[in-house]
Amino acid sequence: MLEKLVAIIEEKLNVEGMEITEATSFQDDLDADSLDLFELTMALEEEFGVEIPSEELSSFTTVGSVLTYLEEKGVQA
Amino acid sequence: MEGKIALVTGASRGIGSAIAQKLAAAGATVIVNYSGSEAKAQEVVEKIKAAGGNAVAMKCDVSDFGACKELADAILKEFGRLDVLVNNAGITKDGLIMKMTESDFDQVIAINLKGTFNMIQNFSRTFLKQRSGKIINISSVSGVMGNAGQANYSASKAGIIGLTKSVARELASRHVCVNAIAPGFVETDMTDNMPQAAKDGMTQMIPMGRLGAPEDIANAALFLASDAADYITGQVLCVDGGMAI
Repeated sequence: MLEKLVAIIEEKLNVEGMEITEATSFQDDLDADSLDLFELTMALEEEFGVEIPSEELSSFTTVGSVLTYLEEKGVQA
Repeated sequence: MEGKIALVTGASRGIGSAIAQKLAAAGATVIVNYSGSEAKAQEVVEKIKAAGGNAVAMKCDVSDFGACKELADAILKEFGRLDVLVNNAGITKDGLIMKMTESDFDQVIAINLKGTFNMIQNFSRTFLKQRSGKIINISSVSGVMGNAGQANYSASKAGIIGLTKSVARELASRHVCVNAIAPGFVETDMTDNMPQAAKDGMTQMIPMGRLGAPEDIANAALFLASDAADYITGQVLCVDGGMAI
């Protein structure tokens, strides 16, 4: 699951070649702005067939927080 | 504009028709949107084709969010992308504020302002993904200066300016340009309905001393739709013979 998420993050945020772990912060480590996060969630919605309400975006601070959210939604990678 | 796909709302006549023809003449494939006047929209398509351009007419009431979504889906299915969105569809229901009904106000806002939102919203993800695009919203000098007898219309057109500036800020980092054109007094069916005395009064307010032609607005739209305007966003271009100076 983490592997798949990282692959999407790398593609959408154009950060290939960086080490991405659950602790990686979108804003501090990946320099992602709110529109980047929005695009990421659009990609996640497409990939995993879930709907992610805009309100959730503010809680997506680290890669781990997205992972937890997807797992809670019952997403199977 | 060769190879570009452009949608012009309210393109069956007036300024919209002129913009559609201008973009098509520059090489774009143009979707001529209409709501009620299918025959007139078809005429515009035929004119474009006769001049060697590509165009297709598509019906959609821009005030209906669901219908706009359907139009967006249909366009993306057929063309796979959208490069230029011109939100031109608009109506007037003029009257002094004392006599303006709630319905006069609501209808004008629903088509002019909400219609513009409906289209932008339904294409925003497309533009975001493409990382390119030009959105051109047709405002009015009435929205810049205000105009007695047009409280509803000028509110809708001023609203379009706010919408333009906010969306321009949101999409700028993705190379999507969002601008407004504020036409002055242009000779169309919309202004033909005005009493001659009112027209004369308006002409006196125009430093250039003449009404504009739909072509004048279309020239500005072509510029903003072209690569030449890639570094311009969030602006209101007044094409009004100096009226709003």
